Amino acid sequence: MNYIKESLSQVLGNDPTRPKKEEQPERLKQIYESKRNKLSKADLMAIEHHSHVWGKWMRRRWITLILINLLFVISYHFDVQLVEGALTASRVIGFHFADLNSALQVMLAYKHVVLNLVIGTATVFVLWLLLGGRTFCSWVCPYHLLSEWAEYLHLWLVKKKVIKNHVFHRKTRAVLYVVFALLALLTGYTVFETVSPTGILSRALIYGPGIALVWVGALLLFEVFVSRRAWCRYVCPIGITYAVVGTLSPVRIEYNAEACHHEGDCRKVCMVPHVLDLTIRGRAHDVTQEVTSDCTRCGMCVDICPTNSLNFKVKGLDRFL
Amino acid sequence: MSKQAPTHKGRPTTSVVQQRERRKFLRSLAMGAGVVGFSLLGLVPSVSGAALRLRPPGAIKTPDDEQEFLAACIKCGQCVQVCPVEAIKLADLLDGAGIGVPFIDPRAQACDFSCDGLQCVLACPTGALTHELNFPADARMGFARLDKPAACLAVQGKGFKGLARGANYTGKLRYEEIDRWNPIPVAEHPYDLEICDLCVRQCPIEQRITACEEKRQAGEEKPTARVAMQVGNECPPKHAIELRPIDGKDGVRRMQPVILDGCVGCGVCEMICPVGGDGPGEAAIVIDIHQNTDTRRG
Repeated sequence: MNYIKESLSQVLGNDPTRPKKEEQPERLKQIYESKRNKLSKADLMAIEHHSHVWGKWMRRRWITLILINLLFVISYHFDVQLVEGALTASRVIGFHFADLNSALQVMLAYKHVVLNLVIGTATVFVLWLLLGGRTFCSWVCPYHLLSEWAEYLHLWLVKKKVIKNHVFHRKTRAVLYVVFALLALLTGYTVFETVSPTGILSRALIYGPGIALVWVGALLLFEVFVSRRAWCRYVCPIGITYAVVGTLSPVRIEYNAEACHHEGDCRKVCMVPHVLDLTIRGRAHDVTQEVTSDCTRCGMCVDICPTNSLNFKVKGLDRFL
Repeated sequence: MSKQAPTHKGRPTTSVVQQRERRKFLRSLAMGAGVVGFSLLGLVPSVSGAALRLRPPGAIKTPDDEQEFLAACIKCGQCVQVCPVEAIKLADLLDGAGIGVPFIDPRAQACDFSCDGLQCVLACPTGALTHELNFPADARMGFARLDKPAACLAVQGKGFKGLARGANYTGKLRYEEIDRWNPIPVAEHPYDLEICDLCVRQCPIEQRITACEEKRQAGEEKPTARVAMQVGNECPPKHAIELRPIDGKDGVRRMQPVILDGCVGCGVCEMICPVGGDGPGEAAIVIDIHQNTDTRRG
């Protein structure tokens, strides 16, 4: 299975490819076969004991996300000049940084490309190439954190049977990506920026709140009462842009079928659970397999997995160590 | 009526799965259309020109067409961060596609060019504030207009004593005679003028012309003075505003501010004008954003 091809297919909204039985290696079949029986009581106990949502990676991620956004705020208000600007574009210790999606919108709408913007875009491209692409989403985007909190409320309401989750087509996001790109090109305005909660929140944090926060609030309410993580899952083009960059990134989550109980806690906590379909019994292509680039590398699955079957990996790093 | 319901039985029933898929499709379509529809609403204030504003120097626009500027701006606010008088604000959601784009409300705080080097232009990462602008005198932000001549103190032949905008006004200006490098609150700088000439006195273009003149005269005495200060556009080639006497039949000495070709529309005259309310455009002299010195001459 080609990682890049499979990643792009999933980013576009297709379901993960199912492995053909005859293509699965014998070792994997043996593993599946050996776990045919239901989980033993000891296994269940272990799962109960091990599973925790508030894990190591979540702590690290929340701290990183808050610190990065705080750096923007502090840099401006105390004139430290470490990170000037907002998430759409900034100068980090004087170096140009430009969010890939915002830069794309500007280039399509303005139809000229300024050197500074090329430098900023290239820098950020390389940065996320090294760090994992959609890592931006879960480790930097301020909307992600609010949305995460809204998600807990949503899940609680679903559990209490107050509301029902409504899923949408994952292809909606790919279609909207093309729509927003075309709108920028045809109208000559950065249409997506008007509704981007990432830009709105980043500016609100740095320059003070405004009416635009009502829109962000509406999105959050939609996610609480109608559809879990709707913006990130079905709309946001920023996610697609970084998912494409992530296809080439060495930072990935690796799945190991060896000890997996297939009980599915990882899929329950995942923001983009289709990328973890490979943890379903019989669905992996190989004994170890890398999770596709639509994954935001948030590490929730790593935290919750009772058998350490999911782990962060930096491809090729072992060769250097 | 309810008895008619069983007639449905005769039709082929779509499977539950198909129905669920169809609902999901329609739901997705509605959601996508909703998001796109809302984002398109943002075009209304931008395309109609309802959200035209006074923009920072160097904004790539003609007086009534900001499309290129709104497109090129990446909405990051780096221009906001470098402005020493905090003149630049970012527009909100009601400006639609202009959300996050910098603007200036001159009545609250005008651009007085006290950074000297056009810091906002240098900070702009996308060229929405064009680097082709090198000197304040080349800016084309708008053009001043004596909007309410009857309210103007000079026209009435009156002087001005006290704080131009009251004690609670938070705006700042640079007063070179007090501190060359740090702007101070206007509320800390009282005036005592025989005839009110605040719009002329505080005009950054006029101040620069005066400074250049002083340097030039000093240079005549000392030939070693830096010639670079005197060449090019750094010394504004044209005056921006002056007070002209007007004939008064009642014998009162009256003056009228007259805006000249050198006006760049920075808004300091609107900011400092001591008459009129605190809202945008409420001063006796205001900036007309639909004009600049080129269009006016044209």
